[in-house]
Amino acid sequence: MSYLPHTPGERQEMLEAIGVESVDDLFANVPRDLLSGPPKIPAGLSEMEVLRLIDGLASKNQDLEHRPSFLGAGAYLHYIPSAVGAVTGRSEFYTSYTPYQAEVSQGTLQVIYEYQTMIAELTGLDVSNASLYDAATAMVEASTMAINETGRGKIAIGTGVHPEYRAVLRTYMTGQGFELTEIDEPWVSDPASVGQALDDTTAGLIVQSPNFWGAIEPMAQLSDVAHAHGALLIAVVNPISLSLLAPPGEYGADLAVGCGQPLGIPLQYGGPYLGMIAARSDLVRRLPGRIAGATVDKQGRRGYVLTLQAREQHIRREKATSNICTNHALMALAATVYLSLMGKEGLREVANLCLQKAHYAAQLVSAIPGLSMAYDAPFFNEFTVQTPVPATEVNRFLLSRDIVGGYDLARAAPGLDNYLILAFTEMTTRQEIDDLAATLRDLLPEQASAGSQAALQGAGTRGKA
Amino acid sequence: MSDSQPGTQAGRVPSGCGNPGVPVIFEQTSPGRKGYSLPAPDVPERPVEELIPSAYLRQKPAALPELSEPDVVRHFTHLSQRNYSIDSGFYPLGSCTMKYNPKVNEVAVTRSGFRAIHPYQPEATVQGALELMFRLQEALCEIAGMDAFSLQPAAGAHGELTGLFMIQAYHRSRGDRRSEIIAPDSSHGTNPASAAMVGCKLVTVRSDRRGRVDLEELKRLVNERTAALMLTNPSTLGLFDEQVQDMADLVHAAGGLMYYDGANLNAIMGVARPGDMGFDVVHLNLHKTFTTPHGGGGPGAGPVGVKDRLAPFLPVPLVSERAEQFVLEYDRPRSIGKVRSFYGNFGMLVRAFTYIRRMGSDGLTQVSRDAVLSANYLRSQLNDLYEEPYAGPNMHEFVLSGKRQRKKGVRTLDIAKRLMDYGFHPPTVYFPLIVDEAFMVEPTETENKDTLDAFVAAMRQIAREVEESPDLVTSAPHVTVVGRLDEARAARSPDLRWRPER
Repeated sequence: MSYLPHTPGERQEMLEAIGVESVDDLFANVPRDLLSGPPKIPAGLSEMEVLRLIDGLASKNQDLEHRPSFLGAGAYLHYIPSAVGAVTGRSEFYTSYTPYQAEVSQGTLQVIYEYQTMIAELTGLDVSNASLYDAATAMVEASTMAINETGRGKIAIGTGVHPEYRAVLRTYMTGQGFELTEIDEPWVSDPASVGQALDDTTAGLIVQSPNFWGAIEPMAQLSDVAHAHGALLIAVVNPISLSLLAPPGEYGADLAVGCGQPLGIPLQYGGPYLGMIAARSDLVRRLPGRIAGATVDKQGRRGYVLTLQAREQHIRREKATSNICTNHALMALAATVYLSLMGKEGLREVANLCLQKAHYAAQLVSAIPGLSMAYDAPFFNEFTVQTPVPATEVNRFLLSRDIVGGYDLARAAPGLDNYLILAFTEMTTRQEIDDLAATLRDLLPEQASAGSQAALQGAGTRGKA
Repeated sequence: MSDSQPGTQAGRVPSGCGNPGVPVIFEQTSPGRKGYSLPAPDVPERPVEELIPSAYLRQKPAALPELSEPDVVRHFTHLSQRNYSIDSGFYPLGSCTMKYNPKVNEVAVTRSGFRAIHPYQPEATVQGALELMFRLQEALCEIAGMDAFSLQPAAGAHGELTGLFMIQAYHRSRGDRRSEIIAPDSSHGTNPASAAMVGCKLVTVRSDRRGRVDLEELKRLVNERTAALMLTNPSTLGLFDEQVQDMADLVHAAGGLMYYDGANLNAIMGVARPGDMGFDVVHLNLHKTFTTPHGGGGPGAGPVGVKDRLAPFLPVPLVSERAEQFVLEYDRPRSIGKVRSFYGNFGMLVRAFTYIRRMGSDGLTQVSRDAVLSANYLRSQLNDLYEEPYAGPNMHEFVLSGKRQRKKGVRTLDIAKRLMDYGFHPPTVYFPLIVDEAFMVEPTETENKDTLDAFVAAMRQIAREVEESPDLVTSAPHVTVVGRLDEARAARSPDLRWRPER
């Protein structure tokens, strides 16, 4: 057994040193009727055999490195520079533990400090932490911060926030006995009507921009609306977009959360990703999880420690700001390396490529008879298109041509069967976009006239996503 | 300097000698340097202002660093060299199960069929991923003795919370509102924190003189308000509580449920199963027992298993098999909903699955037997010099107390720091809270006897130093890249992000 070093002779020596006859004696405290014997799972495999098994499973999946895809909706196929994997693949990083013992963990601690700085810079806010699980749980943590900060028990959230994040928030708010107001504002929020959904018991307003459908929200006005009611504004952001779009700090958000997956983290079927959180400095003692801080040793050498631990579960137990312990540190390392490589200019270039390709595609796609943009609002890397036939059918046709289509909005809301979210990154080529458009034309000509009829009838009946 | 001679059997602690501080990456920036390469736009480019109203655009650019690729790689390589890791040495952190992370796991996860699949791809195009998840659910059910598993939670604490949400939903479904969760005084800090997050009052049950739950006190505490008893078995003292079935009977009789914190599962695989002990809900830490790497603090994975009567409440979606197709099952009306986006930390699931198939039934059983043997061996070599608050045999970990050394003016923290000079990562210290000056040692099954002996030699040497030259210990560590850091200063005037010196 290659991971188990003890030889039979060594096991015997150890038993003698302990003063027992057999290993079974060491389990003497386990009641006999509980002894289960080995689990009924398959027998072990050699490394070669296990890789054969793994390859067999992996090859049953149609990966997006070998076919075009227009799926986004919260997870994006961006290019990952080779150096990112070279660094995260260093076992000094990936086989280390949480840096509780600072003297032997300076590498990880300095990475966290640099990561916190980059997230603060990107969001235009003051402080961040060592990472959370994902955007959904980061949004929950930010909501809890708003509830504790304001002493109010209600969170308001628009339907433009990712449906999975909203679903997670619903689970937590129900489980914790807080109230959730869901504001049905399709495509792009109207600040005045959002304002009507808020009152003096609202702790926080959550808005995503670009929102789930791709539209950029009027964040400055929404921030004013939230603050007018004494609520905090929690912005949900895409980190790549922040090199072009106004960051939360510029439009007055109190907290920002988001998914750091676009920053050098593979799609890997939904995780592990990276939960980002940033806040105004006066909220720092309400932040969840680990935070690294700079300090010095006795000789005056700069060093880093986990700090403000009086917020955390291992010190405060039931009075902690959150129960989080293990976080997503290695994903934060990937993001830190990615942002270091891209730098000030590179991140803007990536964002610009996403923007340009999405707009080129929008022009092409919306010119196809029967297809139209779902909204007339600015967008960044993805947009929603209305289809004359159910989006499921569009996707099925595209897949028959080995193209992975967009996000079918029916998945999020039964009323939105004829809408597709299409996403673009710097990885998308013009050829792929042209092929997408040509394939859609192949599908739609015969249905174009009937389809536009349906589209007309469907306009104005926008369900709840 | 110290008299340490770190050989191959000790680890290698990043040493201060020849390892100067690494400037913050922002201090190495040079405007105009580039570490990226991107293709030119292949679509007609339009001015950004034409596409997005200027009011929506960023005014002040984010001050990200500007470095070349070689400089970035060197910076992070230098930082990595300031870390201790499993690959560089022994990491006997109690309750953390810092075992070797097999390299084949890391190879498995790089396959493009796993790395480059999108969570919203049609199920027909990701059958291999779904099958892997399904088979992992099955294996975890069998290992833990449960009826169904959700792979969704991202970590142990997340699994706990998911479990408690389900427990609350179960009670509510019976028209029963329960407001108290009981946990022993030796429990992990996440237990009470999770209890508070579901709006329950935490009730602490004492441990008795043998380190087991005080059954008499438990009898007094269990009542119609009890939602659940949260238990780690073996406990954080490394002791198997043989009264577990009595506790389960007691809690169940009062209408409560039993929650198993799987942090210590590494002791009992193939020996005993939480499901057979009477637990209704369990979480397992794949980053402990099932060798997915800790990554400097995560990501982990904390799957949650349940008995049949709680299965309807599991988070959606579950991975199921229907007509020889693997599907994501969302139609579960009594589910608590979702606890995270997508389906779980899939990359971690691939690693854990690879490990389970590699080890197999007998292999996993041997893992626990060796883990327990190694821990008992270490204790037998140290319990003459360090006080042993509870008698053995212990399971995969054990707790010692530095009380005797404390009388000489040396604290457990000092001993922990001194171990670094000998090339070892310190054990968990000051936990569990019920032991003064606690050391909690978990060697795991992947350390050979020579390493265990080298650790024993270092611990014995330090015990001698405490008698003969305590200053050497209280001023440790001596060889690390930095000495003890001023934590009070860090908390008093928090410096949480780099800023240019003005």
